[in-house]
Order: sequence, then C-alpha cells, then structure tokens
Amino acid sequence: MPSKKQRKKLGEERLQRIIDLCRSVEERGLDPFIVDADDVIAVVREYFPEWELPEEFCLDAEAIHQLASIIKLQSDWIKHRSTSLYADPFLLEEKIRRTGKEELANIFLKAWHPIVELEQISHNSLAEAIKYWQSLLPLSERWMDFVSLKTEAGVATREELVQQRILAEKVFSEELEEFWEELKQRVGDEGKVLYWDFVGADTYSETLRRAYLTSFLVTYGYTTLEVHRLEEEMFLKPFEKPKSLVGAEQLVSIPVSVSVEEWMKWKEGKQG
Amino acid sequence: MKRKSYYARKIKRAVHLLFYKHHRKPGVKGWELKKRLGADYPKVLNILDNFLEKLDLQIKTVFEEEKPNEKPTLEELNKARFYVTLKGELTPKETKLCGWRIDDIAGLAMAISYIISKKGRAPREEVEKLLRDKLPGWRVDINLNRYVRSGYLAEDENKQLYLDWRTRAEVDQNVLVDLLLETES
Repeated sequence: MPSKKQRKKLGEERLQRIIDLCRSVEERGLDPFIVDADDVIAVVREYFPEWELPEEFCLDAEAIHQLASIIKLQSDWIKHRSTSLYADPFLLEEKIRRTGKEELANIFLKAWHPIVELEQISHNSLAEAIKYWQSLLPLSERWMDFVSLKTEAGVATREELVQQRILAEKVFSEELEEFWEELKQRVGDEGKVLYWDFVGADTYSETLRRAYLTSFLVTYGYTTLEVHRLEEEMFLKPFEKPKSLVGAEQLVSIPVSVSVEEWMKWKEGKQG
Repeated sequence: MKRKSYYARKIKRAVHLLFYKHHRKPGVKGWELKKRLGADYPKVLNILDNFLEKLDLQIKTVFEEEKPNEKPTLEELNKARFYVTLKGELTPKETKLCGWRIDDIAGLAMAISYIISKKGRAPREEVEKLLRDKLPGWRVDINLNRYVRSGYLAEDENKQLYLDWRTRAEVDQNVLVDLLLETES
C-alpha cells in the first residue's frame, strides 16, 4: 500500500503528463481524439481528494483547463466533418500530389474570385509625405563637398596594384566584353536569362565578381535588366550592340541584393 | 422619383466606399456602411449587387464567424466585411496580367486545399514539403511568404499556417475541394 506522500507524487506526475499531452496535441495540430476525455476525468477525480496545497489545486485546475481546450478541438473537428467542406485528408492530399501544376491552377481559377480594389492616397500618407519633405535637407547641404585629406605621394608597381586588387590583370573593358559574349551565349530562344542563373556560381566570391561585372554590363548599355516585380524575378537581356542609354530615356538604379543567404538559396534550388 | 434619386445617391456612396481602399485591408465593415448609408444599407447593397452583376462583379459578404445557415441578422451583417469581387472566372492569360504565374497559382491552390483538408490549420513544414513536389525548392519559401503577405494565409508563432481573410473573401472553398476531388488523376 503506497504512503500518502507517494500517492500524491504519483498523482502529480499523472496530471503533469495529461497537461503535456493536451498541450502537444493543441500546439502540433495532432488528432484531438487521441486524448480520451473519460480517462482524464477519472484520473483527475481519483487524485482530487489528495490535494491540500494551493500548488496542487493549481495543477488540478490546469489539467481540467487543458482538457477543456481538447474537448473544444474535438467539437470543432466533429463540426468540420459534418460540413460540406469535409474531405478525407489523405484522399485530398493524394489528389493534390497527383494533379499536375496546370490542372491545379485551372481548378483554382474556377473557385477564385479576386477582390476589386483601388489604391488611393490617404490623409495619413499625405501627412507622412509632408513630414518627410519638411525634414529633408536642401540639396546644397546634402551634396556638400568632402574635404580631401592630403597624403604623401609614393610609388607602387603594377604588380603591387594587381596584388591589392586595385588593378585587374586583364583590362577591364576586355573582361567586360568577354563577359558580355558569355551572356549572349547563355540566353535561350527567349533572348533572356534569369539574373541568378547567370550570376550564380559555385563559390560566393565568384558570384560577387559576376554580379559586379553584370552591373557594369547593364550600366554601360551592353544589356538590359527586365524586372517582374510581382513575380519577384529578374531577367538579363543582352543587346546585339551596346546602346548608349544616357539621354535616351530616364535611367533608374535597381539595387540587387547578392547576400550569402540568397546565394545559398539559389544553390540549394539548383541542386534540388 | 424622389425614392429613385435617394437610392441612386446611396449607391454612388456605396461604390466609393467599396471600391476604394480606406484601410490597410480592402473592403468595408457592415457597421461602417450603416454609419455612411443608413440602416437600410443591406437594401442599397442588394440593388448595387444587381447592377454589378452585368459587369461580372459581385458584392461578397464575409461573416465574422461561420456563414449563417439562415438569413443573416442585422447584427451579423454589421459585423461582417463587404468586398467587391469578380463574379465569373479569370482565364490563365488574365492571371498573368495580374502578376500571377501558373506556378504561383498552383502553389496557392495546393496550400489552401491542404489546409482545408487539415481542418483549417497545418504546420508550415508540411505545406512546404507538399509544395516542393511541384515547385522548384528555392521558390517554395518565397511563394509561401508571398501568400502570407497578400493575406491568403496566416502564420502563428508555432509555425502553423491558417487560411486568412483574403482566402475567405476570394476563394469558394467548397468549389475548390469538390473540383479537386473530381479530378481523375
């Protein structure tokens, strides 16, 4: 016959196990019917006469509270099964896996009725714009000349400059031309290639070098960048002959992030 | 005649409220319509809905809780959110114009129907695994984040995905599940 102390300890352990089970079902979205409500009530009832201290009553209340959450989940589950939306999850999952991309998209289009919405400037955004404009420094202050520091002039050889990566081994324009030729060969019938597919390389440092050269290809009019903002995609389209874009149209700068994370993501995608 | 102009005025006001975005999310709450159009706003919306039908548009009511089985009460309508949505269907070509690729739509269809099958919530990890079957690995994360950003899905701190306000407003979930189950694949 176990002593009162041992019984209490056993009761506390069992209640704690019930609480943990209920929590994991709730947090991990498991089937709520793995918790047998009658069993839990029986355990709670069995040990209730043993409790004397406030902490013990708190544990008892917590077990009841968790059980109530599970019963709510069970009730939701039954409600869901009784609606027309219920479909056997395994069957539906199997259908999703077996249906082709295009067919899935076509099915979705039959059930999709997108919202019609028009953007407009609001009082708030106008107020924000005025605040920004008023706090903006005049151009003369923003473009103030930097004070240049005077340094002693010295002599450096070409090899030293190459070593310090100030000068390249090849003339930069030659390197750029070669890179442009490579891009022209890489584009398919569409005449364009995904930015990351061209810039991405086996090592991150090589990827950075290619991104750097690509930025010059775009700036110098050897190629153009086609940005699909909504699809979050960028394409490089090389020109047959370099174009002088200055003055022809308004030029815009497009910042492109070539971080280690992006490169890793691209590399994983390529391998997968 | 007076009555006609009364409703014509109210319909114009309803169009302004429903078409233009006034908050972060599109659509208007019932109580807001009641404040601007008066207590007979359901009737104004009804007339407007009939008119919009000719333009292949409709007024969609999204109730706070589940859709009531019977005629909704005024209280339920006041708490509901109203949107103008397309009544018919978009063609694949049109979706491209809206900035959606076939991959994106197929991914969204998979994520939504999987979450429906799991009773409205599923771990992100499981949805990602499912999407990886059809989409290139590097697009899965980008796409899921896009669905969450646009309000189709919501994610909680336990990395569980739910259907969010835009899915409730735009997607006929019954039709989606039925059509999926009818596929012969």
